[in-house]
This record gives sequence, structure tokens and C-alpha cells, in this order.
Amino acid sequence: MRMISRYTIGLLPIVIIMLLAAYPFMNDSRSTLILLSKIFIFAVFAMSYDLLLGYTGIVSFGHAMFFGIGAYAIGIVMYKIGDSMGMLLLALLIGVVLAAIVSYIVGILTLRLQSHFYAMLTLAFAGLFTVLAEKWRSITKGNDGFPFPIPDFFRDRTTFYYFALVFMILFFLLLRRFTKSPLGRVLQAIRENEQRTASLGYQVVHYKVIVSVVAGVVAALCGGMYGMTLRFVNTSVFSMNTTLDALLMTIIGGIGTLYGGVIGAALIELAHELLTSLAKVHPIFERWIIFFGLLYILVVMVFPLGIAGTFKLWLKRKKTSIPLGKRDDVPW
Amino acid sequence: MESILKTRELTIDFGGQAAVSGVSLEVPKHQFQSIIGPNGAGKTTLFNLLSGQLQPTHGTILFKETDITHLSPPLRTRMGMGRSFQITNVFPNLTVLENVRLAVQSSAGVRFNFFSALSRFKQFEEEAVHYLKSVMLDGKRDSLAKHLAHGEKRKLEIAMLLALKPELLLLDEPTAGISIEEVPAILDVLRGIKEQGDKTILLIEHKMDMVLDLSDSVTVLFNGKLLASGSPQDIMNNELVQSAYLGGLYDDAS
Repeated sequence: MRMISRYTIGLLPIVIIMLLAAYPFMNDSRSTLILLSKIFIFAVFAMSYDLLLGYTGIVSFGHAMFFGIGAYAIGIVMYKIGDSMGMLLLALLIGVVLAAIVSYIVGILTLRLQSHFYAMLTLAFAGLFTVLAEKWRSITKGNDGFPFPIPDFFRDRTTFYYFALVFMILFFLLLRRFTKSPLGRVLQAIRENEQRTASLGYQVVHYKVIVSVVAGVVAALCGGMYGMTLRFVNTSVFSMNTTLDALLMTIIGGIGTLYGGVIGAALIELAHELLTSLAKVHPIFERWIIFFGLLYILVVMVFPLGIAGTFKLWLKRKKTSIPLGKRDDVPW
Repeated sequence: MESILKTRELTIDFGGQAAVSGVSLEVPKHQFQSIIGPNGAGKTTLFNLLSGQLQPTHGTILFKETDITHLSPPLRTRMGMGRSFQITNVFPNLTVLENVRLAVQSSAGVRFNFFSALSRFKQFEEEAVHYLKSVMLDGKRDSLAKHLAHGEKRKLEIAMLLALKPELLLLDEPTAGISIEEVPAILDVLRGIKEQGDKTILLIEHKMDMVLDLSDSVTVLFNGKLLASGSPQDIMNNELVQSAYLGGLYDDAS
């Protein structure tokens, strides 16, 4: 019996992927395809944030800066130079290299600090990029942003949908490999006990810089993909809200589990869509962020491990039948 | 006899208060040396200086004839110095096996690998199990470290320390906070390490009777200063030490 249930759970992602792959044949409404593509992209973005928050225990408030670098790199190259396939690759490369350099420099400068000082400094760095995007009008057109063309191949929503789906699956597998590698295990040790990790002979700062570069590069790719979805970029990609989205998705989905990022991204994007569409019913739904606030408070109080984390614990408890007397998942 | 660790005039000031002052210590290779002293004598501070958690105000530390005064803790560990902590210091949300496996991985020098062969991983795990067996903890390999009893956590610490394959072990009160029934088990583990004869052990202890029969030599620390050093027998009969422990001694300098 237990074998069967484990088997089904292992099968679940494959079934979901197959359903998602078949979806465009059942319904090709443009808006749903765009929504799903956005979910795939944000899932990867949330996973990249989870590398920092869930695996290494670093709280960053500046993750939007890498997302924005990727989005603006695509926008500017497509708009100023041309919308060929080669240029698209060049733009992604520029975004990745810039993000790597910025995350390396920010990491070197700040990762030696205590966690809350680091959080504040990343907030300041992200602010710097917002200002840059606003003021460098000749390139970024300021606050209003600008639309840009993308290669014909990706203009078809269905093609782009599949591209985004593959993007998510690929990065899920890559990041899972990364977190299970010897290096990834050390990251989790740092989250658990930084001083002890150092006294085992690991140089903690090196690991933190590596993970912030990896997370930054992945976030830049997500930003590029996001720009390609909207074919438009403005300063909102650098905003605090973008970072907060990643934070919410990670926490609601479950920190320290890559699945959590996917679940969180799906929930938040769907809820966002649903609540905004309810605005016709009652104007309070215009302020959907209020409901997010409530949802967030509920999750943190009732499922501090997030959805994926709670599910994992539940499975484990079923397997080893730990008595329910002592709970690990709630702080009280 | 050749010495593995040497300190010269090691001093650290915390805002005018010298917690350790002018300690010159020499630890011969393959010896079991204990540092004892009453509360607040500076034992743990001395250890923090040796393992690099603190930087001395002045003085030098030589490890295997190399000056390590300004090396960071991870680099000292890689040179072959491993330490345990007085306050239990493990990775609470990782399994017992993973705790030790991380130490094995470090001593194998696998640090920045993104990808590793599965067989290599298996080998690390087998080695980790071996260390768990040596501290009689292999039955708990899949429990989370935070679910262990206090004495088991101390044993886990020792297993992690051994997995680093250090030449010099710095043990900070390995029996602190352990119930009296569990103490012999820990002492047995220590005796086992000593009998293998290839490691140097420097141990801090508050209760001197605990370690007298294990130690080759004993050093007494009092008010941050070296009070006496010698064989356990000498120290037992030393009047200065007796008065320090009984509280009859007042240091003029402080």
C-alpha cells in the first residue's frame, strides 16, 4: 500500500507536465497561455530565490535587481539593435553576464555582514537600479518603459508557452541537481549553523557568493523570459514588489523545496488573476494585495513550512509514523 | 619531544580586561593534555584563540611549526586542527548521517563540486557510518540531529570531529551538561581515540577528577594566566592549584 502511494506521488509531476503539454490543444485562449507562461517563469524565479532563502538562509530584498537586468537587457537589445534570433541570444548572454558581475560584486561587498544588514544593503542596491532605469531616459525611456519586438519564432503564444514550460522543467532539474550536489549540501549546512560549517573547514563566504551568483544569473534569465512574454519593459521589473512576489511565492509554496516555488508561483499568479477579475463584483478586489496579506499571515501562522514543506512532513510522518504529540512545523 | 602546537605570550584584551594574558603553552605530539581551571579562568577563550574564532591582541600561535595566528577557522581546520564546542553545536535540521557526512566531505577536500559521481557519495556515507559506529550512534543515523538526547549530540560532535581526521583535537568540555550515567560512555570514546595513538588531544575540563587518569599532562589556568603545568600527580599535589580551586587564591594583578 505504501509502495503504491509513494509511486503515485512520484508520478504526479509527470502527469501534471503531460496535462500542461496537452493544454494548448484543448484551449488556446491567448490570455490563459500567457498566464501559464508567466507562472512557469515566476516558478523559476521563485526557485532561484529559494536557493538564497530556503537553502542557504540568506534574506535578500534585492532579487528584483537581477530580474530587471535580464528584462532590460532583452528590451534594449531588441529595440535598439534588432529582433533576430542571434540578437536574442546575445541579449540573454548580456543579461546573464551583467547579473553575474553585479551579484558577484554585491556578494563580495555585503555577504560578510550579518543577515539583516545584508538584507538592507541589497534593498539599497536594488533601489540604485530602479533609479538608474528611471533616470537614464535615452536608453530606458524612464518610468513609462517601452514596447519592443521579439523574433518571429517566439511571437506565437503557443510556441512561447512550450518554450516557457521547457524552461521551467530544465531549470527545475538543474537546480535540483545543484541543491543535491556536494556544494548544495554545504549550503544547507550554512543555513543550519554557519559557525559550525566554518569550523568543519568550509569557507562560508565563498559559498554565499557562489549561491548568490547562481541565483542572480537564473533570475536574470527569468527577467529576460518575462520581458519576452510581455514584449514590454518598464521600471516595475526593478520594483520591491517583484522581490516581494518571489518572497511570497517561496514562503507560501514552502521554503527549502524547489516544488514549493512552482506551487507558490501558480497560486499567487492565479489568485492575482482571479481577484483582479472579481473587481467587477466589488471594488475591494481591486486591492487584491490586501487578500495576499491575509493569506500570507495565515500561511506563516498555520503552515510555516509552506505547502510543499507541510506536505513533505506529512508524507514523512505517514512513512515513519512519528507520533503526533511533538510537532516540528509550528513554533508553538 | 616534538611539539605540534606552541603559543607564545598569547594575550587577548576585551576592553581592558585581559581574559587570557601571556599564555605560553606547548603541546607535544601524540599526547593527551588537559587544561583545567575554575569558572572564568579563560579556558574557552584560549580555545577560541587557538581555533581562530578570536584574534589575539598580541602573541603568536604556531601549529606544526607554521605561524597560524592570522588564519581563519576553516583554514586551520584544513591544516589538521579540529575542535568541538562546549555548547552543543551541530546542524539541527539535518540527519545524523548528513552531519557526519559533511565533515567527511570536507576532509576529502570536496568543496565546490556541482556534480559528483554517485559512487563517491556512497563512499562518503559509508565512511560517515564508520565514524557513527565508533561513537555508538549508528542506530540513529536517520534521525534529525535536533531529536537526539543531549549526550547523543555530544557523541555526534565527537564523530564529526573524528571525521575531519584532525591531527590535533581541541575538545571543549566534552562532558558538559551530560548526566552522570552517560559520562563513562564519552570517556570510553576518548580513551579509544587516545589508544589509537596517532592523535594529539587538548581537552578543557572544569571538573579535574574527570580527566586526571586519562591525561598525560595537565595545565592549570587561573584568571587568564598559566598557573601550573605538569603530570596529573604533580598538579594534584600542587598547593597553588589547591588554593585556586578552593578559592583561597587572589590574583594581585586583577
